[in-house]
Amino acid sequence: MFISCIRGLGRGVLGVLEMLGSYGMFLLTALFWLFGSPLKFRRVLEQITFIGVKSTVIVLLTGAFTGMVFALQVFYALSKFGGEALLGPTVALSLLRELGPVISALMITGRAGSALASEIGIMRITEQIDALEIMAVNPYRYLVVPNMVAAVISFPLLGAFFSMIGIWGGYLVGVKLLGVSEGTYFGEMSNFVDMKDITMGIIKSLSFGLIVSWVCCYKGYFTEFGAKGVGKATTQSVVISSVLILIWDYFITSISL
Amino acid sequence: MIIVRDAYKSFNGNQVLRGLNLEIREGEMFALIGRSGLGKSVLLKHIIGLMRPDKGEIFVDDQNICSLRGKQLVALRQKFGYLFQEGALFDSMTVFENVAFPLREKTALKETEIRERVLPELEHMGLKKDAQKYPAELSGGMRKRTSLARAMIMQPSIMLFDEPTTGLDPIIGQSILNYIQLCHRRLGFTGIIVTHDVPRVFSIVQKIAMMDAGRIIINGTYDEIVSQDNPEFKQFLSGSIEGPLHYV
Repeated sequence: MFISCIRGLGRGVLGVLEMLGSYGMFLLTALFWLFGSPLKFRRVLEQITFIGVKSTVIVLLTGAFTGMVFALQVFYALSKFGGEALLGPTVALSLLRELGPVISALMITGRAGSALASEIGIMRITEQIDALEIMAVNPYRYLVVPNMVAAVISFPLLGAFFSMIGIWGGYLVGVKLLGVSEGTYFGEMSNFVDMKDITMGIIKSLSFGLIVSWVCCYKGYFTEFGAKGVGKATTQSVVISSVLILIWDYFITSISL
Repeated sequence: MIIVRDAYKSFNGNQVLRGLNLEIREGEMFALIGRSGLGKSVLLKHIIGLMRPDKGEIFVDDQNICSLRGKQLVALRQKFGYLFQEGALFDSMTVFENVAFPLREKTALKETEIRERVLPELEHMGLKKDAQKYPAELSGGMRKRTSLARAMIMQPSIMLFDEPTTGLDPIIGQSILNYIQLCHRRLGFTGIIVTHDVPRVFSIVQKIAMMDAGRIIINGTYDEIVSQDNPEFKQFLSGSIEGPLHYV
């Protein structure tokens, strides 16, 4: 009984190590092709359109409502001790440092990450990736690298859009609806928000872009067992990416404060 | 010339190749027949280097493909064309883009030159009017012809056909075989056709090999094989359940 438990534990640990090694090798191979061969700009542009441009509406929509509801909640809390003047900087700091990068990354993962994993997964099970290899076209260079580059470019841009529209949403609620003066909203914001807050948001978005494209490409690339396998890979890619975004967000925030 | 020497391969304990030996001469059209699920497609993937044998060697034009890596493998693969069983067309691209894909990726040709190469190939395959259609809009035969055109566009010296007529009606199946024969005459490639389409395929090949239990059990010209009066070959040809080959 005891021996079988130890064996089971050992198998589990080996399985996790093997999986981590496989993820690591996948990333290293992608980085090798990124820096070791000319970039396919046309493919990168196509993927920026797919990951970035086509996610803009959903990101703007969620950004606006996040900013609006956040302003409502923060105003309620600040009014308890007469600190309504701090509404602008609270909304801006929260969006730029935290909500903008994280929520936009989660939204893009749901929209583009899942589609990315399923698209590559379908290419795998219908032998399209084998066809690339047979035509002597490296699948990492053609499929994985453009997606990673596109994600690393798109995520910070969309995160910035999210924060910008969120601040505007907060302005609508705070200034137009709840009566905070426009000068206070923006004046206090410029007093409290530093360049490092904006940089922190950009760094977070960059790293989320890498994490999401890495996980989604990996899951798609190693899809098995037909349509069921594609479904499983898609679900796992969204779940793993989302969890990793939140975990990585905690660590990067804790070391930056 | 392709030489497979004593190749072994297993998947999760299931032995698919068991010391397989095969030799195919340059310019020869070769049919590989045998029951389904016994490793014919696996053998093709070994020959092109998509899979590696657990043991044994595979030589393509005197190069051991099992020991090649990186640029050497890429260079050797450029000699190959491959017709996939399901076509493996890129579903986000049109017929024209699919056929033009190898030229765009592997040559420095200008777009006008690519058009000059692709359109005659599409015309040759009877696909010119369907050039702007996507794979989802094509029939099975059209998909096979598109895949064939894509495989031929780089004028390979070795062509591998994985069940080119499976799932097609007899007339379209015959037209695909005719296309293959025409392309062989035009380009003079070494060809291996994995198929169950017997006896029809015998009219376009010079040699036939039959695979069973992970080995080649019959190999020769059609006349040689018929003269051997081989029971496995006769059973496979007749499609009888009774005989030395068992239902898998």
